[in-house]
Amino acid sequence: MMKRLINNKMAVVAIVIIALYIVLGIAAPIITPYHPNSINVSNKYANVSLQHLLGTDHLGRDILTRLIYAIRPSLLYVFVALFASVSIGATMGFISGYMKGYVDVVIMRLCDIMLAFPSYVVALALIALLGAGAENIMLAFILTRWAWFCRVIRTSVMQYTSSDHVKFAKVIGMKDSSIIRKHIFPLTLADIAIIASSSMCSMILQISGFSFLGLGVKAPTAEWGMMLNEARKVMFTHPEMMFAPGIAIVIIVMSFNFLSDALQVALDPRIESKKSMNPTKKGVMTS
Amino acid sequence: MFPLLLAVSFITFGLTYLTNENPAVAILHAQGAPNITPQLIDEINAQYGFNQPLLIQYWQWLVQAIHLDFGTSYITGDSVAGRIAPAFFNTLKLTVVASTAIIFTSITLGVVSAYTAGRLPDRIIRSLAFFLTALPSYWVASMFIIYFSVKLNLLPTSGLNGVESYILPVTVVTLSYAGIYFRNVRSSMVEQLNKDYVLYLKACGVQSSTVMLHVLRNALQVAVSIFCMSIPMIMAGMVVIEYIFAWPGLGQLSLKAILEQDFPVIQAYVLIVAVLFIVFNTLADVINAWLNPRLREVHE
Repeated sequence: MMKRLINNKMAVVAIVIIALYIVLGIAAPIITPYHPNSINVSNKYANVSLQHLLGTDHLGRDILTRLIYAIRPSLLYVFVALFASVSIGATMGFISGYMKGYVDVVIMRLCDIMLAFPSYVVALALIALLGAGAENIMLAFILTRWAWFCRVIRTSVMQYTSSDHVKFAKVIGMKDSSIIRKHIFPLTLADIAIIASSSMCSMILQISGFSFLGLGVKAPTAEWGMMLNEARKVMFTHPEMMFAPGIAIVIIVMSFNFLSDALQVALDPRIESKKSMNPTKKGVMTS
Repeated sequence: MFPLLLAVSFITFGLTYLTNENPAVAILHAQGAPNITPQLIDEINAQYGFNQPLLIQYWQWLVQAIHLDFGTSYITGDSVAGRIAPAFFNTLKLTVVASTAIIFTSITLGVVSAYTAGRLPDRIIRSLAFFLTALPSYWVASMFIIYFSVKLNLLPTSGLNGVESYILPVTVVTLSYAGIYFRNVRSSMVEQLNKDYVLYLKACGVQSSTVMLHVLRNALQVAVSIFCMSIPMIMAGMVVIEYIFAWPGLGQLSLKAILEQDFPVIQAYVLIVAVLFIVFNTLADVINAWLNPRLREVHE
């Protein structure tokens, strides 16, 4: 699977871009010559120059520096929320798919209930209750996403549980825990990778959306949505401020989109080969 | 469906108790009471019935909610229903127009792209859709405002006055969702086009428009349920669009309620969206059963 993934050029580009974002985010203080929050009002709205590659904002802060520092909250929070919801979803999905019976019914009903609340609405409710902040949005993501992951993982666990190699393992008296660990978990990893990478996109878009509304990351912290929110206030006089953060978001979201598509193809090569097989289906050329 | 509605309503009701402070204190804070005395708290508790057992409170709240009475606002003391109703209809109008545009665009693009699969139009549409799904809607919205409303001065920047106010928000929402649904329509179209019955119809010399009707009917089954399920999602996602275009809808109202700490409004909003979601899910099942007789037999 990894080999097929690496053969896909777009997937490699996507992985390189994602890795680049992560490295830039971690190494932000080493790379950038400025502090993200150092204010220099005399130099506000500076044009693109060698000192400020992307210019400065309404407080004279270097935009490129802020963009790079913004990777930290934007991606980090999403990674944490993703990790938490995938772990909860996977655990519940494994329990539900492997045990079946009433445990399965209870967990599935719980998922139904959670899935009835769209994550936007849960986030708004939590912000109303607990106050604005990225942590509450993360909590909302975890609360709403785990149910979705749980369902997908349950389906694939059930599919593998009924496959022959698991039945054999049961017959020779393997323990349930080691069957799950050795014979089911490795197979579901691919499914987990696909749903995780595709939900990265919507999570990045939503978390920056909430910061754009002023409900996410708090003020001086650099975050793409936050930067767009600040740019929006001056968008009639300085529309150019809107470009950089928006493009930063588009690039990373597109990379995750490519990655999830490529993962899907790598997992199931039939998707790609189906296309080339179609014209000669049953020996008849379709028009 | 009904057990699910009960559970969802109980969670929505229980949200009030998730705050780290006593709801009575929260109300006093929201109303801006200068100093909170135990006596004031008792008064509020009696007024809002917070001193009754939880299940009785829930029952009373539920009966009221079924009669579309969502209690009174902590701030103004007006009925929440009175504040929510006009906003709800504004959001509904936008959602209906936007969903129609999304369904129309994604089906058209999906059909065109499935018929030209692998050729140039298909490739262009697919890469365009791919690009569109990555765009943050609030960013596109701001760009459109800068370009169409300010530079060209063609369309209103915000508010709801007449038909032209719909153009920008609907376009932005369509751009951000059509890319996703287009993919569903395309993949089910391609799947159907490769089925034997299509080959048979073609071999029989049936007109291509008739063939397309057969294919569409089968291909759209999947799409119908996805569309039905996503309408409440689109509605919930309107928050950002409403904020940018100052659309006097539910999202705008709930953002205001968050700032004012007016919790009953949020509660009503959460309940409405969740109930709509369940209703639309059931509707999707019903429509699918109607379109596909095989599913009906399974249930009977």
